[in-house]
Amino acid sequence: MISTALDLVLVALLVAAALAAVGARGLFAGVVFFVAYGVFVAIAWLRLDAIDVALAEAAIGAGLTGVLLLGAVGHLTRAGAGAPPRRPAIPLALACAGISVMLGWAFLSLPDAPGLQVPVAAALPGSGSTNPVTSVLLNFRAFDTLLESIVLLAVLVGVWALAPDAAWGGRPGLVQRVRPDGVLAGFGRLLPPLGLLVGVYLVWAGTKQPGGAFQGGTVLAAVWLLAAMAGVTRAPRVTSLVLRIALVAGPVLFLAVGMAGALGGSFLGLRPDWAAALVLTIEVGLTLSIASALALLVLGPPERAA
Amino acid sequence: MVADILTGVLVLLGVAGFFAGSVGLLRFPDTHSRLHALTKADNLGLGLIALGLAFQAEGVADILKLALIWALAILAAGTAAQLVARSALEDGASGEEDAP
Repeated sequence: MISTALDLVLVALLVAAALAAVGARGLFAGVVFFVAYGVFVAIAWLRLDAIDVALAEAAIGAGLTGVLLLGAVGHLTRAGAGAPPRRPAIPLALACAGISVMLGWAFLSLPDAPGLQVPVAAALPGSGSTNPVTSVLLNFRAFDTLLESIVLLAVLVGVWALAPDAAWGGRPGLVQRVRPDGVLAGFGRLLPPLGLLVGVYLVWAGTKQPGGAFQGGTVLAAVWLLAAMAGVTRAPRVTSLVLRIALVAGPVLFLAVGMAGALGGSFLGLRPDWAAALVLTIEVGLTLSIASALALLVLGPPERAA
Repeated sequence: MVADILTGVLVLLGVAGFFAGSVGLLRFPDTHSRLHALTKADNLGLGLIALGLAFQAEGVADILKLALIWALAILAAGTAAQLVARSALEDGASGEEDAP
């Protein structure tokens, strides 16, 4: 009874936040409502017992995407671009309504079966993880995850391609000016150790419970960004070898494991007796790459001379 | 039984704190007074809710987690409030144009 009421309130808040994000007058207000929408979506996933998805939505959907959008708004404002011209919203609204109806129809016409839960549960022993989500991501459907990690690299290459020639080899992002004894500097020293612990724990726990490279990597990226914004550390130069090794570590490790599997008969296949160690190895490599790629995406291309 | 009543009372008080903070955010005239309403009432509200939930905790670990969440929220809210306040001071903004 109470939980039904809670779900109904949540749905109402979700729809209201979505409408507010689309219909907001200014870009900034739209982004703020988008972040609020992401938080509500994360809570909705939590209510559906999809903790892995909830964590990913909170970290990437609401957190990281929100920060990227806020950065984009900041760039547009500094470049002197005003709000985009308001187009007639009716065709857009019709298109959105059409897609919503189709999705709703697709959902309602789903067969009343447990889907792939039974085969996944049957194949779980020997998959290298006791968390079905991790097993799907890193074993049964490893190809998707491998491509995702490479897409992330491609996006970063695209962002870096926006750097002016003179700035190439410099440190990404703007110079941070922080009062040395200020609140932000203190916060930037206090929180990172704890954030580091949470991020590493999320990755480690991901092999058995909800968590994993994407969720943990996002937390670690946030820790790095906080430290950079608080002036505790500086972003490395884009030509730094260490940085580039960190960026490709995940995809390279993943590919290497995949090729080793190919020698044993199937590309990306994990030997059941080695699977647990291999899954953890890939997760650690992916975490390193995801954390550095996400942080560098937020920092943006180098903007000042090397 | 007593624990349930304590939880109910404390959580309701906490909700009242959040409500007061939200009203202050909407009604106060400028950025600094709005921040004042938001941070004070929200921290108190979250604290009361965490305290209320602590009576439902299974063990000491859960209580410590609740306390940690509260402490981290206070820390983050306090820092963010300082940053927003300084940014508003530098802009000389009256806060009228960024009303929600």
